[in-house]
Amino acid sequence: MSEHILKTRLRAVLGRVPVAPAPSARARTWRPRVSASIILPAIVIAFIILCAAAPAWVAPYAPSDMDDNAILAAPSWRHWMGTDQFGGDIATAIIFGARQSILVAFAAIMLGAAGGSVIGLIAGYAGGKADAVLMRLIDIWMSVPPLLLALIVAAALGGGFGSTVIAIASMIVPRFGRVIRARVIGVKILPFIAAARTMGAPWVWIVWRHVLPHTGSVILVLATLGVADSIIIGASLSFIGLGSNPDQPDWGYMMSEGRNYLTDAWWCATFPGLAITLLVVSVNLLGDALRAWAEPGRERA
Amino acid sequence: MAFLLRRLGSAVFVVFGAMTLVFFVLYMLPGNPAALVAGPGASPAMIATIQAQLGTNRPLPQQYVDYLWRLAHGDLGTSFATNDPVLARIWAQCPATLELTFCSCAIAVVLGVSLGIVSAICENRWPDRLIQTIVLFLVAMPSFWIGILLILLFSVLLHWLPAMGSATLAQLVLPSACLGLNVSGQLERMVRGSVLDVLHEPFVATLRGKGLQEFPILFRHVLRNALIPVITLFGVLIGQLLSGAVVIETLFARQGLGRLVVDALSLRDIPVLQGVVLFVSVFYVLLNLLIDLSYAWIDRRVRT
Repeated sequence: MSEHILKTRLRAVLGRVPVAPAPSARARTWRPRVSASIILPAIVIAFIILCAAAPAWVAPYAPSDMDDNAILAAPSWRHWMGTDQFGGDIATAIIFGARQSILVAFAAIMLGAAGGSVIGLIAGYAGGKADAVLMRLIDIWMSVPPLLLALIVAAALGGGFGSTVIAIASMIVPRFGRVIRARVIGVKILPFIAAARTMGAPWVWIVWRHVLPHTGSVILVLATLGVADSIIIGASLSFIGLGSNPDQPDWGYMMSEGRNYLTDAWWCATFPGLAITLLVVSVNLLGDALRAWAEPGRERA
Repeated sequence: MAFLLRRLGSAVFVVFGAMTLVFFVLYMLPGNPAALVAGPGASPAMIATIQAQLGTNRPLPQQYVDYLWRLAHGDLGTSFATNDPVLARIWAQCPATLELTFCSCAIAVVLGVSLGIVSAICENRWPDRLIQTIVLFLVAMPSFWIGILLILLFSVLLHWLPAMGSATLAQLVLPSACLGLNVSGQLERMVRGSVLDVLHEPFVATLRGKGLQEFPILFRHVLRNALIPVITLFGVLIGQLLSGAVVIETLFARQGLGRLVVDALSLRDIPVLQGVVLFVSVFYVLLNLLIDLSYAWIDRRVRT
């Protein structure tokens, strides 16, 4: 694939990825005012993290509380988001489901970012044969449409928290690898790398001390935006029934349950989806802000 | 010509790689397939016979070579669950998924491109901000949540459209709208950025200076240049549509390849699983090849 197509496509795949856009293009893009676009998502994310950390503090009921007088009850003062088919409070279930949803996405992005960074750093820095081999591997890796890959990996590993995490990470690694490789190739030609090499520094040290710090901002931005995708894919896997753990229902699982009661109880499936959407919008906005902050420093030593 | 050959070669290589990848990932699938085929209460001797029939008791390299050999002959094996040839089952489900993918792609393109153009023309004014806010949510909503909202509005509340099935055209509307909406957000962002980039090129200023009207400038000059890079996005979009089809077909109880995968997963029907994933991947790779080639054909600069 020619370099030009690759670059345009990268920009397309990751949409918001800094493949060195012209500075003027960046200045032109519209962004909501800094204050609101950072503070609001930060509040939402902080609240959801609080829910994940200490659900018992936030939730109005315990997850095991079943209100026998309110089976599939509509939202009311007693149950803000209504109740499910067992009389359980939906708001409570969403708050208790936050931990599972977030942990999966977070663990997956850590694993995926680590794997992708290692591949990208090696391919970009070593160049030559190693680069060619790794990039062909990534081509193959990306030839299976993303969700299908996550699906068969999750199935092959047999379900559970670890397998969901690895499944989502397996989708993230090649995307990360490509972008970081491109970035590393850009950093490699800078004079201080040549200087370090002339000094006789071992390549591991150069990568660790010089290349990695200059790739850090890209990794951070990609990871933030990747969290959003991980949340959605995690929810999709749960929705299909390949979830991490049915004992700890996450938002995707709640939606697949609520789907059965769409005609009688719209609230069962709607509110968990709203939670996912709010979280993803917030993460995306914060990621955009982070990128705006990180990018001007692109060429900073 | 060299470009064409190189791209073809790498596509063949990637297809071969995908076959290997799928084989080894699915080889790790837990559970003895022979025991599943034999059903509960089968004697160990029966399981052993079936294992011999399926060939799952042979060493891994031999199974792999055999698998490639069969694939080379266009044989995707037979389903463990129904004993039908996998390829036949795939062909039976293929039209439904293609229909869905095609319609949602059309919706995404119409919505994404037109909104993107409007957004770029009205840069930073209220239509742009409105569209950008909508897109922010479109990109963030899981496709199946959009689907649930659409079902609630158009099926449960208004009774306009059916929520389930895949027999009639009316049943196609909601699923394709849902997938199309989901993907149109990204397309809109790309189109907007691309049109803006071209609008700020010096030649547009020249055209304005010559006294041309804004409309001819936009349609004759700007869009032609701006929409070419958008073609490359299609490969990615198709991948997402095919992925989305898995979830959407489950949600809307539609027939199709995605549904076949999900059913095969619950039955541990490895040949079907393998067959569909391979089939979709090969389709995806070939489509990407086609897109690359057409891009190179339109924009000669790419042929390096």
